[in-house]
Amino acid sequence: MSVLLWALIALPLAAGALLALTGRAADRVAPGVAVGVGVAALGLAVATAVRQPAAEAPLLEQLPVRLAVDGLSGVLVVTVTAVTLAVLLYSAAEFGADEARARFFGLMLLFAGSMLVAVTAVTLPVLLMGWEVMGATSWALIGYWWREPEHTAAANTAFLTTRTADIGLYLAAGAALASGQGGTLTLDGLARVGDPWLSLITAGVIAAAFGKSAQLPFSFWLSRAMQGPSPVSALLHSAAMVVAGAYLLLRTGTLLDASGWGSDVVAWTGAATAIALGLVAVAQTDLKQLLAASTCAQIGFMVLAAGVGATTGGTLQLVAHAAAKGLLFLVAGVWLAAWGTQRLPSLRGAARYHRAVGVICTVGAVSLAGLPPLSLWAAKDVLLAGALARDPWLYAAGLAAAVLSAVYSAKLLWFVWHPAARRDDVRPVPGGVVPPLAVLAVACVALTPLAFPPVLDAFGRVLGAPGRPAPHAWELAASGALALAAAGATWTWGSRRLPLPPQVKAACRDWLGLERAAHALVVSPVMWTARTAATLDDRILDRGVSRTATGALHFARWTNSTVERAVDRSVSGTARGGLHLARWTNGVLERAVDGGVGAVAGAARALGRWARRPQTGQLHQYLAQAVTGFTVLAVVLVLVR
Amino acid sequence: MLTVLVFAPTAVALVFLGLPRRTPQTLFRTVWVAATAAELALVIALWAGYRSGGGMQYEVRTRWIPNAGVGYHVGVDGLSLPLLAMTCVLFFACALYSLRETRRIREFAALFLFLQTTCLGLFVALDLILFFVFFDLSIVAMYFIIVGWGHRDAARAALKFFLYTFIGSLALLLGFIGLYLAASPHTFDMVELTKQNPLAGRSLYGGLVLLAIVVGLAVKTPTVPFHTWLPPAHTEAPAVGSAILAGVLLKMGTYGFLRIAMPMLPDAWRRYALVLVVIGVVSVLHGALVALAQTDFKRMVAYTSVNHMGYIILAVGAAAATAQGPVQARSLAITGSVTQMVSHGLITGALFLLAGVLYDRGRTHDMGAYSGIAVAAPVFAAMTGVAAFASLGLPGFSGFIAEFQIFTGSLGPRPVATALCVLGIVLTAGLFLRALQQIFMGPLRLPDAPGTPRTFPDIRLHESAAIVPLLVLAVILGVTPRFLLDVIEPASQAVLELLAR
Repeated sequence: MSVLLWALIALPLAAGALLALTGRAADRVAPGVAVGVGVAALGLAVATAVRQPAAEAPLLEQLPVRLAVDGLSGVLVVTVTAVTLAVLLYSAAEFGADEARARFFGLMLLFAGSMLVAVTAVTLPVLLMGWEVMGATSWALIGYWWREPEHTAAANTAFLTTRTADIGLYLAAGAALASGQGGTLTLDGLARVGDPWLSLITAGVIAAAFGKSAQLPFSFWLSRAMQGPSPVSALLHSAAMVVAGAYLLLRTGTLLDASGWGSDVVAWTGAATAIALGLVAVAQTDLKQLLAASTCAQIGFMVLAAGVGATTGGTLQLVAHAAAKGLLFLVAGVWLAAWGTQRLPSLRGAARYHRAVGVICTVGAVSLAGLPPLSLWAAKDVLLAGALARDPWLYAAGLAAAVLSAVYSAKLLWFVWHPAARRDDVRPVPGGVVPPLAVLAVACVALTPLAFPPVLDAFGRVLGAPGRPAPHAWELAASGALALAAAGATWTWGSRRLPLPPQVKAACRDWLGLERAAHALVVSPVMWTARTAATLDDRILDRGVSRTATGALHFARWTNSTVERAVDRSVSGTARGGLHLARWTNGVLERAVDGGVGAVAGAARALGRWARRPQTGQLHQYLAQAVTGFTVLAVVLVLVR
Repeated sequence: MLTVLVFAPTAVALVFLGLPRRTPQTLFRTVWVAATAAELALVIALWAGYRSGGGMQYEVRTRWIPNAGVGYHVGVDGLSLPLLAMTCVLFFACALYSLRETRRIREFAALFLFLQTTCLGLFVALDLILFFVFFDLSIVAMYFIIVGWGHRDAARAALKFFLYTFIGSLALLLGFIGLYLAASPHTFDMVELTKQNPLAGRSLYGGLVLLAIVVGLAVKTPTVPFHTWLPPAHTEAPAVGSAILAGVLLKMGTYGFLRIAMPMLPDAWRRYALVLVVIGVVSVLHGALVALAQTDFKRMVAYTSVNHMGYIILAVGAAAATAQGPVQARSLAITGSVTQMVSHGLITGALFLLAGVLYDRGRTHDMGAYSGIAVAAPVFAAMTGVAAFASLGLPGFSGFIAEFQIFTGSLGPRPVATALCVLGIVLTAGLFLRALQQIFMGPLRLPDAPGTPRTFPDIRLHESAAIVPLLVLAVILGVTPRFLLDVIEPASQAVLELLAR
């Protein structure tokens, strides 16, 4: 069983790495291989979603790699692989022979593989691995056309922003381990940790999720990421990458609840993003920018759902949005290729040229607008029912955001269907791109029953989230009516100017100035600190060392000139003194000693001569001497005693 | 077996110097590659015969200077074996990379072989004086490599490197003598000293000895503020010299912490660990920030080494907080620090060799002089990209395995310090992405100083033969790290037990 799961992640990763490494030599086979792998991955995904296998392998000390597919993961793996396949099919038809296709398809597969790792991960380290590789491959994909410096800059912004948020996951892992109650760092076990670690884990998970899902205040990176090729946006910014954050929050719902504050932060940030980025989307005049902002807003709904514990509604929203947004990004790619622009005013009437693409686009946009009866309409109500149970204000905010979805979707449709002067420079649409678009459009429609009982209840059971509050009929009716009214109003309003203060419009068009704020508040101070640190390093630390060395040299010179001379002089002096001493010794002492020795010798000689006197050789004289001697001795003895 | 492993390169070097000057250069190159390959094979055999968790193995103990308590004592355990293997891999890569070196190849090869002996010898040494001798000889050999084969300002940089690290080694020697005098009977034997824990309960003496040892090792590692010898030495050294300097020589410092300072001075280490944590944090952030401000590619990579070594210092400092958190966390921190040594050796080794390729083509390391190189040299660009992502700690590469363990292990004992250090991974990401963008992306532009060629040939066979294996190993360690961690983990637990005494 676990073989299925290993194959599911290993196949795209291995094939992707192989293609990307082979490079241009594999350009011809790359689309075929990638589509084949995509088909196989979809098959494996369906199989794992049904069989729900688990797999384990050792990684770090007591922290194994654990993967598993449960209800939520099953839905995600099928969604990811399905959208991946559609995008790969589209890219196979669209990418010209002169493009570096092996690199593109290889990176797409690598990306899909890492997303699959992230959504099947049971433990935090594995999640983080998939999570970060996803970020790196997204860097390579957004900057795919690297000859333009602004593409690379956009890729850098995306990677650095998401990685800054990823710090949260590193901290969460450390906190879970530090608490001693995290066990093997399973995502489910995080909620069992006690404070203060619990709060750190919650904050970390939330930050990482917001970063990846481009929620406030991180949303700006998604705007920049639109510099990448359209298929990249269609995969990364619909069904993968950006929804990974929402998935993580849906997955760790118990953690958010346990923390006491996490759910509210998440729910309100989701709602705020849905409204604020909805406004941003309304203000855009560039098709891809509009879609990007709407992605943030739509994911805001999922995040809101995670915050209020409406797992079923959030997941439903995720799946339905993936189909609709994947489709719309691909359509934007088609038009960019055909019309050479993605500016909405220049795309007037685009839907009329190629009717099939126009109809497909309409299905996607109507779905995105939340118009009845398509799936996103009911999905929103399922998750907003959860919000209503939590806080009526949250529900109101959600409804307002839903109205905005209808407005920007209708705006999109108005532009592309509005008749315009005929143009002759439009390039034909390659036939191969339509089938994958059609499949996604069908999916948008086919997902509709999922949002209504009894299929909805079955879906909830698969996700293991029963007991959700079901939307009342009036909620469905109200949201449907609101969406229809908003869409109708937008359609009739057309391209006329909105009577709003210019500052508000400018701020919305500029994505609320988020990127400038990030530059002013983070990037510039960091760069300033970096330069200061470098100056400090060169001017103070290094110079300090040099000064010390120079000081040592000076000291050595000083020693040489002063001490050395003194020593030298004293040594010479000593030597000279020694010489003098020697001379003096020679002249005075030596003579004295010599004289002394001579005197001693003379005295000894005189003594000898004197001592020889008694030696006469005559016995009587010796006797007399002896008697004298003894007498003296006797006298001495007598006197002494 | 260890003795053969350590001294075989020097034997080959001596043969080289004995050969007549007219001997064809190819002979030297081939024999050099063959010798390093044989060393690699030997270390693989050593690894195959190693029982994980079996403590010190392959021990050899002979009398050397018995009167002074000095012996020839060598052995390997889980701390040194990975470093031995990494050293052999790196020297092999350098020999391959130098297959086109033409300047005095005989002396070059001989010096490198001698340097290999000193590096391997240091990691197997179980006697403080033996350790010290190899420590100093490595400085000498590296000095001659920088002076003889370096770039413009090599002599000055080499002298700075030599004097700075040599003075550091003197502090180290002072500390060793302190340990020797404290032990009874007096000995320099590491195993004996570790067992004795001679300075237990003597806080002032222990603190002074630790200070001397830490200063000596910190200069070599290097940590802020003792790092200023590193950037000029790297900038001026030849590419292979930089690869060894960063890949192997820096590890001598961090290895010393784990092998000498922590097990032999557990009391003092626990008391002053906070100082090390602070040094670690400062090294991480300062290294990354200064690297971010660099315009010279090689200098930038040099500063990232300060940053990467900072993580190790953080981990060994945090692991000393024996009272806090579960043992598992601290064990992860130590294992992570050893993994980081291996990983940094491979990845930074590769990056310095790639910097050498860049210099070879454009005669400058200044990033501003290049643009759009990926047009001319796509394979070189891809390899540098991979190495850069490996260095910024991307999962799938060994750097992530190391840094993740360090962060998760250190957060419990030192939350604030670790949280600050994690910022380092964003800074390194930023600086590498900037460098990649500047050098490789955008329209093609080559340096146009006089004398530089107008073309930028892509990577050559001998260059990729040297660099690719390093990156492949980094990936293998990043995906299936068990074979390495199985060796390290028992050793790091042993260090923790010794530290807890």
